[in-house]
Amino acid sequence: MAIAILLWCIAALIGTAVVAVAAARSRHAMRTVYALCFAACGIALSAALFHLAAGGGAAQTLTLPLGLPWLGAWFRLDALAAFFLVIVNLGGAAASLYGLGYGRHEPAPHRVLPFFAAFLAGMNLVVLADDAFTFLLSWEFMSLSSWALVMTHHREPSNLRAAYIYIVMASFGTLALSLAFGLLAGSYVQYGFEAIRAAEHEPLVAAFVLMLVLLGAGSKAGIVPLHVWLPLAHPAAPSHVSALMSGVMTKVAVYGFVRIVFDLRGDPVWWESMVVLGLGGGTAALGILHALMEKDLKRLLAYSTIENIGVIFVSLGLAMAFQANAMQWAAALALTAALFHALNHSFFKSLLFFGAGAVLTATGERDMEKLGGLIHRMPATSFLFLAGCMAISALPPLNGFVSEWLIFQAVLQSPDLLEWGLRIMVPAVGGLLALSAALAAACFVKAFGVTFLGRPRTPAAERAGEADRFSIAAMAVLAALCLLAGVLPGFVIDGLAPVTLALIGESMPVQASLPWLTVVPIAESRSSYNGLLVFLFIAVSASLAVFVIHRFASRALRRAPAWDCGFPNSSPLTQYTAGGFAQPIRRVFGTLAFRAVEHVDMPPPGDTRPARLTVELHDLVWEWLYAPVERAIGFAAVRLNHLQFLTIRQYLTLVFLALVTLLLALAIWS
Amino acid sequence: MVVIPDILVQGAQMALVLLLSPLLTGFVRKVKARLLRSRGASVFQPYRDLLRLMRKEVVLAENASWLFRVTPYMIFAATWVAAALVPTFATGLMFSWTADLIAIVALLGSARFFLALAGMDVGTSFGGIGSSREVMIASLAEPAMLLIIFTLALLAGATQLSTIAAFMASPEVGLRVSLGMALVALVMVAIAENARIPVDNPATHLELTMVHEAMVLEYSGRHLAMIEFSASLKLLLYVSLIACLFAPWNLAGSGAGPASYAVGAGAYIGKLAAAGVLLALFETATAKMRVFRVPQFLGAALMLGLLATLLLFVSRSL
Repeated sequence: MAIAILLWCIAALIGTAVVAVAAARSRHAMRTVYALCFAACGIALSAALFHLAAGGGAAQTLTLPLGLPWLGAWFRLDALAAFFLVIVNLGGAAASLYGLGYGRHEPAPHRVLPFFAAFLAGMNLVVLADDAFTFLLSWEFMSLSSWALVMTHHREPSNLRAAYIYIVMASFGTLALSLAFGLLAGSYVQYGFEAIRAAEHEPLVAAFVLMLVLLGAGSKAGIVPLHVWLPLAHPAAPSHVSALMSGVMTKVAVYGFVRIVFDLRGDPVWWESMVVLGLGGGTAALGILHALMEKDLKRLLAYSTIENIGVIFVSLGLAMAFQANAMQWAAALALTAALFHALNHSFFKSLLFFGAGAVLTATGERDMEKLGGLIHRMPATSFLFLAGCMAISALPPLNGFVSEWLIFQAVLQSPDLLEWGLRIMVPAVGGLLALSAALAAACFVKAFGVTFLGRPRTPAAERAGEADRFSIAAMAVLAALCLLAGVLPGFVIDGLAPVTLALIGESMPVQASLPWLTVVPIAESRSSYNGLLVFLFIAVSASLAVFVIHRFASRALRRAPAWDCGFPNSSPLTQYTAGGFAQPIRRVFGTLAFRAVEHVDMPPPGDTRPARLTVELHDLVWEWLYAPVERAIGFAAVRLNHLQFLTIRQYLTLVFLALVTLLLALAIWS
Repeated sequence: MVVIPDILVQGAQMALVLLLSPLLTGFVRKVKARLLRSRGASVFQPYRDLLRLMRKEVVLAENASWLFRVTPYMIFAATWVAAALVPTFATGLMFSWTADLIAIVALLGSARFFLALAGMDVGTSFGGIGSSREVMIASLAEPAMLLIIFTLALLAGATQLSTIAAFMASPEVGLRVSLGMALVALVMVAIAENARIPVDNPATHLELTMVHEAMVLEYSGRHLAMIEFSASLKLLLYVSLIACLFAPWNLAGSGAGPASYAVGAGAYIGKLAAAGVLLALFETATAKMRVFRVPQFLGAALMLGLLATLLLFVSRSL
């Protein structure tokens, strides 16, 4: 049984974590732990893939006598869980493979190894859980183990702050989720998912549940305005853990949302989808604008994760809107697009974080403005990173394009919606999506161009060497998957059919049997896309052009100094920097999104002081939402501090007064 | 065998766009020169330029990487494939279902992605300035283009170009506000995408205002030939796109006889000539904008596209 195999894999991961605590300082610990994680994830991946390929099959359940004594721990493997287990374990296997090489540069392996295995186990458990108690326990386990990984390099003050904000937001999210399950359990206090699914939920309760899930799962996924911890915490961890957090853990959060909203809660109401659409669109646009302003490579990637989560939530919102209007086939299209994008994002975001980790190992730098020219020194890494950049920028024929294309196709089904609010909102959100896709391309031109192209800006960048073979293998596997999922998307869409069938009762038409493996969401006369042929056409016409020109025209080549309009400057500092590259876009969007102000300090003639240009950017979400809360808590804490320094008489009076007040309140209330 | 004529038509289309694109560029230059009362170079000059460049040796900057050498061919391939998928003289081409309008725009996006990277490869400040401005322009032009596609797709019920063209040629279209807005927005996007005046000046060199030319400054020889060729192809693509969407007359349907193909080809050349004259007139009559005025220009296109889409969501008859 697949579920038993999966639980054994999880047990193996937990066992690895426990053993790693004891043995982390020994010489072979690093290799053994990563190899064991790789094997466990690999087996779990095959089990999940097998379950999904067998048509989703019947859901398998298993109860273990753990947890609450009268409940036990329930586990269930259905199509949705199997799909997300594929994401989790593929990312986990790739990260373990990468860790085999990357881990050698880790100064404190005992702070990474136990928690790495535990983190993988936690994510698997969340997806398999079939009762609220197990779900919440695994969720918290996942949060805490990832928090410990963020704390790996805890001597740096910025990491401490990141970990602190993360733990606060994670606790808040779990609180919201537990309240959501409390509401779902109802007055009969049924925590099993089976019972929750069968029960009828009042519309008001269902709406509250949605809001709480948006707070709980949304804060883990990184929805604006709950995203503040993400760009701090994801980059602070070691790079393979960053890849797991960005590429995989955010997907577990998406799983939580889909499980509760589409499976447990019952049918959505139309206005609820507007909330999700609005949040998704805003998240996508704001996330990618932040990424564009960033010069730290790993923080840029973290912000781009926020953008992609926004894209996924827009698609989920569309699915909810269609479902509320009983347009099941369109809902199936939107849900397929959302899940496909989740899968794609786990591929390319892990790949990009691995690349950033390789750069960090080779140069010790995360600041792009101190890098440059790495394409000459790290050819394999830069090629694979470029593949990731192309995929995330939604360029055909790679995978990012296919899922965004499907989302646009879903947007185009929306004029049939009945509600006016939705009809006006959907095209606006579609425009926001198009804007974020274009900005994402700009952002990754910047990321690749400044880091890997041009001339090295510092000696560290000049001395960089190629990454080790494990890291390159992990990146190569993910890059190949990006290409495969882009060229043969029909198989992925067909693999998702049992998932949408179970959640919505409808699935997209079968794709794999179409001629030339074309993707046709509705009908061929309406829209179709064939990644395979586009890839072949580009390859053939490019090779044709190369052949014709080299054969019949000229193949002579001479190296010479750069031209640069006749005034080449030998200093590499004259190259465009990350900030300079984003300046035109900052001028266009910055005043609105960041209240950007430029201060020019121009000394008068005769003064030898250098002229200075400083840019002031504001994180409005932090300043308007979090800073006031922080101030209020600080204010209350300072005031309440007086209570610690009272005399015994005053304490006794206080206790007496409290007693009288409570008794009075009780008397009046009853 | 039904397949062979289909392959022939598709092949003819691919060859046609390749052969005609330098001619269109030359024609626009010629008309512009005549409007300025100079004689101008022959309309066949771009062919000669391309051949000359192809035969010359490449002078490659010392710091240039493999990406810099691969990019011209990638751009050429992506643009050619995109151009081959836009109906020029006939709809329902054999491979028209390979990519819809969204995918065609995304293919051009791929080409731009590589060009912008190539601009940064050598590590000169001119290359950087070009790439940085190009992505700024693209970040506004691409969403505008997608909103235009939304408008057309909502009307025709498809994003497939052949279906949209057939719908636009049918009598049920009528005059619509949203179509007018989409046309204006599409022309604005086409001007920006092809680096024409007032957004960019294809004839300028050594000016701080240039965008496209700054990116390709380090290119020479056959690489430069490929890039110039791709630029011509892209201009032809946008003209064909506007023609097949807003002037879909005399397009031969799938399975038509040779006579209607001939009529279609004749009409297509007429449309190209008309578009060339209009473009030259417009370029002669306007001046180039400052770079930071371009966002306003493209923002207007974006808003027009959004408005056109919204109108359709509000009422199917507008």
